[in-house]
Amino acid sequence: MAGEKAPAEKKPAKKKAGEKKPAEQKPSQKAAGDKKKRVKKYHASRNPTLARGIGRYSRSAMYARKALYKRKYTAPETKIEKKKKEMPRATITKPVGGDKNGGSRVVKIRKMPRYYPTEDVPRKLLSHGKKPFCEHKRRLRASITPGTVLILLTGRHRGKRVVFLKQLDTGLLLVTGPLAVNRVPLRRAHQKFVIATSTKVDLTGVKIPKHLTDSYFKKKRLRKPKHQEGEIFDTEKEKYELTEQRKADQKEVDSQILARIKKVPQLRGYLRSTFSLSNGVYPHKLVF
Amino acid sequence: VFKRFVEIGRVAFISFGPHAGKLVAIVDVIDQNRALVDGPCSGVRRQAMPFKCMQLTDFVLKFPHSARQKCVRLAWEKENINEKWSATRWAKKIEAREKKAKMTDFDRYKVMKAKKMRNRIIKHEMKKLQRMASKKGKKPGKPGKPEKAVKGKKPEKAPKAKKPEKAPAPKAQKGQ
Repeated sequence: MAGEKAPAEKKPAKKKAGEKKPAEQKPSQKAAGDKKKRVKKYHASRNPTLARGIGRYSRSAMYARKALYKRKYTAPETKIEKKKKEMPRATITKPVGGDKNGGSRVVKIRKMPRYYPTEDVPRKLLSHGKKPFCEHKRRLRASITPGTVLILLTGRHRGKRVVFLKQLDTGLLLVTGPLAVNRVPLRRAHQKFVIATSTKVDLTGVKIPKHLTDSYFKKKRLRKPKHQEGEIFDTEKEKYELTEQRKADQKEVDSQILARIKKVPQLRGYLRSTFSLSNGVYPHKLVF
Repeated sequence: VFKRFVEIGRVAFISFGPHAGKLVAIVDVIDQNRALVDGPCSGVRRQAMPFKCMQLTDFVLKFPHSARQKCVRLAWEKENINEKWSATRWAKKIEAREKKAKMTDFDRYKVMKAKKMRNRIIKHEMKKLQRMASKKGKKPGKPGKPEKAVKGKKPEKAPKAKKPEKAPAPKAQKGQ
């Protein structure tokens, strides 16, 4: 009875249109076929609400209604012996030097913490949507495509017109003069501090080496505090030193781009010139 | 004192409003401030329009007052107003202004280079003339050759691109 009632109850709840008479005739057939599907389909709530937060049936009644007495899951037990074998190594024997020391010691791989704070750190409240910088979405303005001529606005190369190559992983733009044209090397520029012009150089088929990433361009900092405050901070690399690899990369990229620049008349001279404002020139009125 | 009058058939240029920049013909006068206006060949429906937004042109069409759109269109096409308008200096100035506003950064650079080159040539010839005038006083051979050389060089350099060509025009505007 219970078995028959259960499917009969479930069906009208599923269909939500009271087809009870034909449902009674077919439950045995459907029950057999539906057993596979029933695992996937979730039943609607069997506990009608009387008011918000208050259900018709009690906890124990719901236990019966949901037939939880039938649904008891345990994890499949594989051979416990196997599991015992797969335990990660807890200790390791290491050789030890010195006379009369015994040759080795047995050392724990994962050691107990050497310090317990006196106060426990309070549990942080759940926050939502706060992503670290590496997970941020990088956007690129539609006006900036590979080959666009950009005008740099900040930095030592301000006012110079430069060719855009690609956007790096951190969102910064990889840009080059080319060096022979306006002394701007392969460099990173920030999207916000750049004006995109509508002039584009055709960079189809230009291959930019894969190793030009953010870490390649990142400033290096030496830190070896063996001296303790002797010669304060002078040992750090303040001056940028040009490496052979940079020269080689520059040559490789520029040779491809210079060929394309020469095809467009007056483009080379354009890249050599700098951008400036003068009287009567208003950036909001200029079409770039 | 006044050369252009508001009359039936006067072609006017609309200076502001939704139909700014289009030509219309005055079909009838409604009252002191408004006219019935129609621009069949310029995409302006027949409507009332205040005189304030109209600027009169030199063209007058012949049709009776309150003539229907078909008549206005016939008269307009007979006189070939669209072509005559684009040949006027007024229309050319408007076009030059629009082109200048649309100049991209690269175009501005090209115009700058073209202007520079042109000015160099002019200056060069001027200096030549001045030198000759100061050195030799009045001699018969002087005026003929250098002037012709200058005029010959100008049209060569100017039509390098569309934009540098109109560089002389806005330059004349700026010079006032």
